[in-house]
Amino acid sequence: MMNNISTTMNTTTTTKAAAMIDSKISARNVQVFYGEKHAIRDVNIEIRPRSVTAFIGPSGCGKSTFLRCINRMNDTIDSCRVEGNILIDNENIYDPKVDPVQLRAKVGMVFQKPNPFPKSIYENVAYGPRIHGLARKKSDLDDIVASALQKAGLWNEVKDRLQESGTGLSGGQQQRLCIARAVAVSPEIILMDEPCSALDPIATAKVEELIHELRTNFTIVIVTHSMQQAARVSQRTAMFHLGLLVEENDTDKMFTNPDDQRTQDYIMGRFG
Amino acid sequence: MSPSHILSAYDEDLKYLNRRISEMGGLAEQMCGDAVRALVNSDSALAQKVISDDVILDNAEREIQEKAIVTIARRQPVAGDLREIIGVLRIASDLERVGDLGKNTAKRVIAVQGTGVPRKLARGLEHLSDLALVQLKEVLDVFSNRSVQKAEAIRLRDEEIDAMYTSLFRELLTYMMEDPRNITTCTHLLFCAKNIERIGDHATNIAETIYYIATGAAPEGERPKDDTSNMLGAVAE
Repeated sequence: MMNNISTTMNTTTTTKAAAMIDSKISARNVQVFYGEKHAIRDVNIEIRPRSVTAFIGPSGCGKSTFLRCINRMNDTIDSCRVEGNILIDNENIYDPKVDPVQLRAKVGMVFQKPNPFPKSIYENVAYGPRIHGLARKKSDLDDIVASALQKAGLWNEVKDRLQESGTGLSGGQQQRLCIARAVAVSPEIILMDEPCSALDPIATAKVEELIHELRTNFTIVIVTHSMQQAARVSQRTAMFHLGLLVEENDTDKMFTNPDDQRTQDYIMGRFG
Repeated sequence: MSPSHILSAYDEDLKYLNRRISEMGGLAEQMCGDAVRALVNSDSALAQKVISDDVILDNAEREIQEKAIVTIARRQPVAGDLREIIGVLRIASDLERVGDLGKNTAKRVIAVQGTGVPRKLARGLEHLSDLALVQLKEVLDVFSNRSVQKAEAIRLRDEEIDAMYTSLFRELLTYMMEDPRNITTCTHLLFCAKNIERIGDHATNIAETIYYIATGAAPEGERPKDDTSNMLGAVAE
C-alpha cells in the first residue's frame, strides 16, 4: 500500500517536473534492443528547444543509437527494436500514424563523414525542398538554396560556382554543404552524429561557430567523441554509459562540477 | 589586437571577463578615494558607504572566478588566451584586496573622528592617496590597451609612493613622541597610510600581470623599493 502511494507520488513529481521544462523532445522510458543486446536502458530526457544538447560517453555507450531513435533511423535496421515513447512537440513519433519520411523532414540529420550527392552544389541543396514540394517556381527554389547556404555559412565561398560538383569542395565545406542540405527543408530539429570527426581544427571551428548560430532557429542534438567539443558548443550535456543516461546537466556545470562520479571520471580522462 | 576567434562565443567570454575587471577597477578606485576623503573630512556617512560597497567588489571577484573557470573548462584556452584568463583571475584578487584596504581605512574614520586629523597629516595622506590612485587608474587603462611599455613604467613608479609613505611614517612618529595623547589617532593614521601604500603595491602587481599576459614572461629585475620605514625604529630611540 505504502509502496503504491510512493510510486504514484514519484510519477506525479516526474511528470510535473517534465511539464515545467519547455521541451522540444521528450524521451520517456526508451529502451533499444539489437536482437538480444539491450543497447539503451530506460532513458528519460527532456531536450530544450532552440538550444544545443550534446551527448557524450565512451564508445558503445549508446549515444548514437539514442540519437538515431529521434528520427527513427533505427527503423532501417531489422534486428533493432525500440520501446518507450519519444515525443516531439508532445506527439509520439513512434505512433503508427507517423510517416517516417515526413518525420525526417522535420528532424534533419548530419553524419560523421560528409556525404554530398555526386551532383552540383545547387542540386545538393535543392534536392530536399524539391521532393518535399517546398518550391512552386524555380525562383523560389533559388531563394531556398541561397538562404540555406547562407545559414550554413557557405554562401560566400560557393555563390559563384553553384553548378560545380559538391564532391569537389574541401571536407569542411562538404560538411557545411550537408548542413545546408539539412537546413533547406526547414527542419525544426537537426541531429548531428560526430559532424567534425573527419575535419581539421579550423574547419571544425567553423562548423562549431555555425552550430552556435543555428541554435537561434533550430533545436540541435549533437553526438561527439570529443568532450571538448561538447563543452564548446552545447548548453546542455548528457553523459551515456553502458546504455544508461548517467547524467544530464547544464554544460557549465557538467564540465566544472558534475553531479555523477562516472561523468567526472570520464571527462577528466580517468575512466577505468 | 589579435584577430577574433572563429568561435564567436569564445570572444564574448573574454570580453565579459575584461569588462568585469574594468568595472571592479572603477569601483575599487572610487572606494579608496572616498575612504581617504571620509578620513580627512571626518565624514562617517561616506565611510559607511565605502564599507557597504565592499560586498559588491567581493561578489564581482567571485563571479569573475566562476566565469574564468567555466571559460577554461569550455574553451580550453591556450597561449595568449590562457595567460589572459589566468591574468584576469590574479587581477581580480588584487582588486578585491584593494577594496579591502579601502574598507579598512573607512572603518578607522570613526575611531579618529573625536580628535580629528591634523591638517598637515591630512595633506600628506591625501597626497599619498593621489599617487596610489593615479597608479591604479593608469594600470587599469593599461589593462584595456595592453601596452607593455606603460606597464613597465607604472611598475617602476611605485618607488615614489614608498618614499612618500616613509616620510609620513616619520611624521606620525614625531607626533606620537611629542604628545602621547596623539598615539591612538596616529596609530590609526599609520595603518591608513600603510593601506594606501599597499594599494600602490597591488597596482604594481597588476602591472606585472599585464606584462605577463602580453609577453608570457615576468618583467626583468627587482622592482625598485623606497619603503625604508622598517629601518625607522633606530630613529625613534
